Amino acid sequence: MHNKTIAEISRDLAAGEYSSTEITTDLLARVKDLDKGLNSFITVTEEQALAQAKAADERRAAGNATPWTGVPMAHKDIFCTKGVLTTCGSKMLSNFEAPYDATVVENFNNAGAVSLGKTNMDEFAMGSSNETSYFGPVKNPWDTDRVPGGSSGGSAAAVAARLVPGATATDTGGSIRQPAALCGITGLKPTYGRVSRWGMIAFASSLDQAGTMTRTVEDSAMMMNVMASFDKKDSTCVERDVPDYTSTLNDSIEGMTIGLPTEYFRDDISAEMQQQVRNAIAEYEKMGAKVKEISLPNTHLSVPTYYVVAPAECSANLSRMDGVRFGYRCEDPKDIEDLYCRSRGEGFGNEVKRRIMVGAYALSAGFYDAYYKKAQQVRRLIKNDFVEAFKDVDVIMSPTSPTPAFKFGEKTDDPVAMYLEDIFTIATNLAGLPGMSVPCGQVNNLPVGLQLIGNYFDEARILNAGHKFQQATDWHLKAPQGIE
Amino acid sequence: MEWEVVIGLEIHAQLATKSKIFSGASTAYGAEANTQACAVDLGLPGVLPVFNEEALRMAVKFGLAIDAEIGLKSVFDRKNYFYPDSPKGYQTTQLHHPIVGMGHIDIELDDGETRRINVTRAHLEEDAGKSVHEGFSGMSGIDLNRAGTPLIEIVSEPELRTAKEAAAYFKKMHSIVTYLGVCDGDLSQGSMRCDCNVSLRPKGQEEFGTRTEIKNVNSFRNVERAINAEIERQMDILEDGGVILQETRLYDADKNETRAMRSKEVENDYRYFPCPDLLPVIIDQDYVDAVKETLPELPDAKKARFENDHGLSATDAAVLAANRDLADFFETAAKIAGDYKLTANWVQGDVSAALNRLEVGINELNITAEQLGRILQLIKDNTLNNGGAKEVFNALVEGKGDDVDGLVDSLGLKQVSDTGAIEEIVAQVLVDNPKLVEGYLATPEEKRGKAMGPFIGLTRKAAKGVNPQVVMEVLKKKLEEL
Amino acid sequence: MALDQDQVRKIASLARLQIDDGQIAEYQTNLTNILDLVDQLSAADTDGIDPMAHPLDAVQRLRADVVTEENQRENFQKIAPATEQGHYLVPRVVE
Repeated sequence: MHNKTIAEISRDLAAGEYSSTEITTDLLARVKDLDKGLNSFITVTEEQALAQAKAADERRAAGNATPWTGVPMAHKDIFCTKGVLTTCGSKMLSNFEAPYDATVVENFNNAGAVSLGKTNMDEFAMGSSNETSYFGPVKNPWDTDRVPGGSSGGSAAAVAARLVPGATATDTGGSIRQPAALCGITGLKPTYGRVSRWGMIAFASSLDQAGTMTRTVEDSAMMMNVMASFDKKDSTCVERDVPDYTSTLNDSIEGMTIGLPTEYFRDDISAEMQQQVRNAIAEYEKMGAKVKEISLPNTHLSVPTYYVVAPAECSANLSRMDGVRFGYRCEDPKDIEDLYCRSRGEGFGNEVKRRIMVGAYALSAGFYDAYYKKAQQVRRLIKNDFVEAFKDVDVIMSPTSPTPAFKFGEKTDDPVAMYLEDIFTIATNLAGLPGMSVPCGQVNNLPVGLQLIGNYFDEARILNAGHKFQQATDWHLKAPQGIE
Repeated sequence: MEWEVVIGLEIHAQLATKSKIFSGASTAYGAEANTQACAVDLGLPGVLPVFNEEALRMAVKFGLAIDAEIGLKSVFDRKNYFYPDSPKGYQTTQLHHPIVGMGHIDIELDDGETRRINVTRAHLEEDAGKSVHEGFSGMSGIDLNRAGTPLIEIVSEPELRTAKEAAAYFKKMHSIVTYLGVCDGDLSQGSMRCDCNVSLRPKGQEEFGTRTEIKNVNSFRNVERAINAEIERQMDILEDGGVILQETRLYDADKNETRAMRSKEVENDYRYFPCPDLLPVIIDQDYVDAVKETLPELPDAKKARFENDHGLSATDAAVLAANRDLADFFETAAKIAGDYKLTANWVQGDVSAALNRLEVGINELNITAEQLGRILQLIKDNTLNNGGAKEVFNALVEGKGDDVDGLVDSLGLKQVSDTGAIEEIVAQVLVDNPKLVEGYLATPEEKRGKAMGPFIGLTRKAAKGVNPQVVMEVLKKKLEEL
Repeated sequence: MALDQDQVRKIASLARLQIDDGQIAEYQTNLTNILDLVDQLSAADTDGIDPMAHPLDAVQRLRADVVTEENQRENFQKIAPATEQGHYLVPRVVE
């Protein structure tokens, strides 16, 4: 049963092949069995999941089912879930039971989905390997000596290991696409503003966007149909109709123009990696797509820009974690300053502290113009590169990450090396564009991801392109050893 | 050395919206601690702000009232600092693109002169919560009900030169915001607070001296006293050859002195940057024009009209125009009475006295403007004399009735102006008081005017509503006849 | 841009982060490396480029001035480290 996709489960539940309670029970048992080795969940909400499954079965019996009613899934632990631990991977929130639901969570609840629990992640979504989680690293199901990528490593690993058919995730600089690539699954980061950020614990507000982790593109479209909504509680959420993303999956892509940015096919990316991506492009050409070399000249500035903008925003966003109203408080603070400094010093891990400090520094008196303002200006240049490119192409394609999954500890001592992991994904966030990673090959038995970048609010087109690829290939069907 | 004082004020006025600037929690004053602090106000993880349209409208209205440039694009910034009453660790405010730009107001000085004071800007921001230091066994308690209440911070140019001017400026701002209805102006509840920036420089020097900021002064009187105390302190230091430290101070009204704030010792670097959770606020000229349509007549215009069109003295006009409720009450009554001057005397006399005695505002008084107008109308047409009018007025204030004409009747106050009837009453008074008559006749001619007093009193006692003018005439005649 | 240890301490204090003395050197190295990465920005020609704070050129939506929130103090204070009489408790704050 665990090999079923969301679409299959949805059809089976509708056909009465099995009940939501049955599949939920089955998957919960699987989580219990396998996740000890993977650590992809921080919290498993067994009781609540079974209650939701029962309610879903009743709802179906009453004839009010949606395609999602009774379908099991999981939420990244960055989304607030009422009465359920919401840690964001941090000691700071290790005791935080959110008093309200995120809009994304509410949307899935309303559709009747069953949440099995909360998935592990890099602390406050800061990391590309899931090694910064206070709850310990997540193991990559393809090779447990290797990282699953991050920050949504828990969601990616859980989906890759067939613990859940789909999970929510968030992407600030590649946190959906890079782990999806490293775990051999499909990950979509929608256009900024497409999905509500209400109740999604902020890392960098102008970059954060919630998205999907699934095995197939079809499932991603199904998740998007529920996740995307206009939310008046989020000022940055866009008031725009949500199309049925599943309805255009099978559209022909003949004549579609694919842009290949020269800056994304660099010499320092291994030939095998590049070859996998080139093979995928060739597949598209077979389907009638045209390929065009393009240039995104400011690509090399995207990581430096990101490491001003994101730390600056996070330095303010994380100030509310002060040990006063919720979360971790140090023992016996001697005065208010001691309470702040020790609660935050003890509650945050090193990477979070580093980024807060970089942000505080970049915004401080005398440095604002050289760092923050400059980064904001370059951010516009980066956006303009894409705006220009999309005048000529429909979709931009590239490798998702520069390497397949790397080993634990390989980059932990050098933050900058870790940051460069996101070199192909970050520009998309800076521009606010939708991006997706689909499995497109393997190097040394490790999955490689193809990144598809779409124009603003053009999720339907990249989903269409991704789905067509998965119709023609079977990379998305490959499972890690011992998982089948 | 001769010193010149330089003062600039930053006034925080809470906007009179029902809900908070970025959340749907109530702004009502006086609720139990933290019962009006929602997830957004508490800064819980994952919450987001959405801007209140009424806060925007009120800020624009204020900007128009001080003849300021309105920011068609305004941007919210985060001002970062840690303090327990600031739940997010930053305050959402407007640094580079405030909603209100350069404007000005006129203040009246004691010598009757008017001075124009420029207002640098006014920006929208959120209020902080409150720390309570008593009753928590050595700890502080934090109440975040006030957190997120919309404020406009009105920043003056450093153009004020005396504490008195500063107080007049604060008063004038108070008058304007309450006129507009954008702030309830209740100083005791902290609806308006004032930070005073004070510095001294040798007379003639262009460069400003080092300034100190006195935080959160919350009455007109204390603005004047606090600034004077600070001027004195700074002058003592400077005269002794010392230097002023740029610092934040608090005014202690009991000791009438300012002292440095300890909590501000830690040097701050606010690290302002545009709030990424909020987008630029864009309005167009049509919006501004529509708000302009809703502007009431403002104190200066009203004062001028009272003076020029209705002949009130400058002082009367200023007093009556300063408070919108009082001005409305006055003008409604004056229109009914058909006499602005008479009404002005009454409002500043009996009405003010009643307000002070009962410690209430004009709208809580038991007498309406219409009722006062009717009373004054009855004075004008000689139906009531002054004493009778006061009696009706007091009866209304004391809640003894609400029909002016009914009270005039039931209290028997209708003024008798009929000479015949009065002659009869006077004749009876003279007959009843032979000793007084004797005394009067023994009084030398030149002092008889004063000696007539008792007869007037007795006559009016005998018949309440008699017209004193007529009584005088009749008495004079009757006594001469004796 | 190389940071010295005092600067590291100063930034940590500004951000209210206690960093153990033994870790200062490590932070110094890492932060310096990150700032070196970031310094690549200085080479970019950004003359006349409008800074971009949001990816979409959207404008702020307005909320009607209506009270929509009810008292949830109990619910919110359940998760607080310390409360008394409905207040959040902190070490005494001196003004």
